[in-house]
Amino acid sequence: MIQLENIVKTYPMGKSELKVLQGVDLNIEKGEMVAIMGASGSGKSTLLNMIGLLDRPTSGSYLLEGAEVAHLNAKSLAKVRGQKIGFIFQSFNLLPYLSALKNVELGQKYARKPNVQAAKEALEKVGLGGRMKHRPNELSGGEQQRVAVARAIAKNPPIILADEPTGNLDSKSSKEIMAILTNLHVEQNITLVMITHDPNVAHYCQRIIYIQDGQITGEEKS
Amino acid sequence: MTNIFDPLSTAWTTMVTHKLRSILTILGVVIGVSCVIILMSIGQGTQQTITNSLNTLGPNILYVTAESAAQSSIGRAPVSGMLTLEDAQAIVTSIPNINAVAPTNTIGMQVIAGNQNMTAQITGVTPSYQLVNNVQVVGGDFINQDQYTGFAKVALIGPTVSTTLFGGENPLGKTIRVGNNIFYVAGVLKSKGASFSSTDSAVLIPLTTLQGIASKLTTTGQHEVSSIAVQAANKKSASAVKSAITSLLQYRHRIAPGADNDFTVISMDEISASINTALSSLTILLGAIAGISLLVGGIGVMNIMLVSVMERKREIGIRKALGAEGSEIWGQFLLDAALLTFTGGLIGLAIGWGISALITASGVLTAVVTLNTVLLAVGVSVGIGLLFGFLPAFQGSRLDPIQALRSE
Repeated sequence: MIQLENIVKTYPMGKSELKVLQGVDLNIEKGEMVAIMGASGSGKSTLLNMIGLLDRPTSGSYLLEGAEVAHLNAKSLAKVRGQKIGFIFQSFNLLPYLSALKNVELGQKYARKPNVQAAKEALEKVGLGGRMKHRPNELSGGEQQRVAVARAIAKNPPIILADEPTGNLDSKSSKEIMAILTNLHVEQNITLVMITHDPNVAHYCQRIIYIQDGQITGEEKS
Repeated sequence: MTNIFDPLSTAWTTMVTHKLRSILTILGVVIGVSCVIILMSIGQGTQQTITNSLNTLGPNILYVTAESAAQSSIGRAPVSGMLTLEDAQAIVTSIPNINAVAPTNTIGMQVIAGNQNMTAQITGVTPSYQLVNNVQVVGGDFINQDQYTGFAKVALIGPTVSTTLFGGENPLGKTIRVGNNIFYVAGVLKSKGASFSSTDSAVLIPLTTLQGIASKLTTTGQHEVSSIAVQAANKKSASAVKSAITSLLQYRHRIAPGADNDFTVISMDEISASINTALSSLTILLGAIAGISLLVGGIGVMNIMLVSVMERKREIGIRKALGAEGSEIWGQFLLDAALLTFTGGLIGLAIGWGISALITASGVLTAVVTLNTVLLAVGVSVGIGLLFGFLPAFQGSRLDPIQALRSE
């Protein structure tokens, strides 16, 4: 599903360069649920952005479902990103002036898969069937994140990427979100990659990858 | 309900969500468009008023004046000619397709009635003057042939003259003094307003009488007149009559072939065309001045759009993460800007139109809003949105999604 080979990412820092990823090799199979753990600045967010096609590697190869995507142009990246990747962010990233349903529909729009029925079903699946017309500021943090999950799954992508999905939530909401994600993974065989600081959250995953100074330093299976 | 699949309703939502900012953004465009509408409608209204007043004379009128058209040519001495009553008589007798010929001579003199006096243009006219110049008399009668041939001391006075000399009293049958001569007021002319051929401040007397008071004989014993108005039979024959008059006067004035004429024959059509050209330029100039305020309004739009792009950086990031292409972001911001300025244009149009109507109602000026003005103003306001929205929209579309997502 996701095959990264010798991925390097450097950012120019004045005259020198900042090496954020220093040759990452990573293979994630279809239907896996993977957690990436590491300290701040370890490069885990950059790695997730790379997988999510928000960023391009300086060098290296990235095969997504067997197709090389490492050096696509911005337009093609946007297209693949819209269709294959569902994002869940720490800070929810909903559009404040749109209702829950419209936010979910927005995700479908850019995936070129408009389907109001599927959008409603996604919201029902995350337990927000009764709050579709609410705007984000009328929802709790946990509810907002559930809207974001619905937005990610409503377009039925093969991959969901989550950047600290529970980072801004209390433990009760965290558990709810993780239950929903685990359920999705089990029911729909979605490939799920998430970044987390929280070992409790990480242990929902079958596989935990540790990253430090831009390199994968270890792996743990549960 | 917002339909997020329709960029236009997204743009509408954006606009009404940020009401105050939208209003401030479009204020410049509103003011600019109203200025354009008001100034252009005044220009066009004035043009229409003047055209209408010219049209009361009819397109088949020709004017012969003793001024040479070659006067302005560089390096040549101006040719100063002289028109005579005999020229006018020759036109009557030898040129076909003419309804009437009206030679006039005008001198400025003091007019006295009781203890009131004023300086007026004393115009000596023939009975045909009434027809050619479309003169209407509200009280009394126009100068007739007997009065003309009999050197009658009768005068028709314009409404302004009547008011100045007689106040509210009926001047009919009263006397006025011009120089040492006493004239009976035989009639009052109907007001023509401040138009091209206004006779409101005129005193009309028989041409024969005027020649008696201020005799102007040429060296050959002819009677000088200042202009000759000729009414051709119809509009079609006007140009043939014009060239016939030109040939006749060239012969009578002994103008050598190739030499400059010492007179000018100009048709009403030509006068109205040249006035129209001048007024069109004036209208365009007024519009251009107002256009500057529209330009300033456009820069204001660009300013706010740049701020808006920065404010909505995160939204751009979210949309891009969801798979939006740069061109979609670009199109959306461009549409936002165009919708803002279009709305501003419509409001400006309503205000401008309203003020134009008030100006017309006040009676000071006539302001006419034409379809072209409306289309121009609305088109320009949308154009300004597209033009000045371009840079901000482009900036927005080029934002890096990761950086955009990080911004607060």
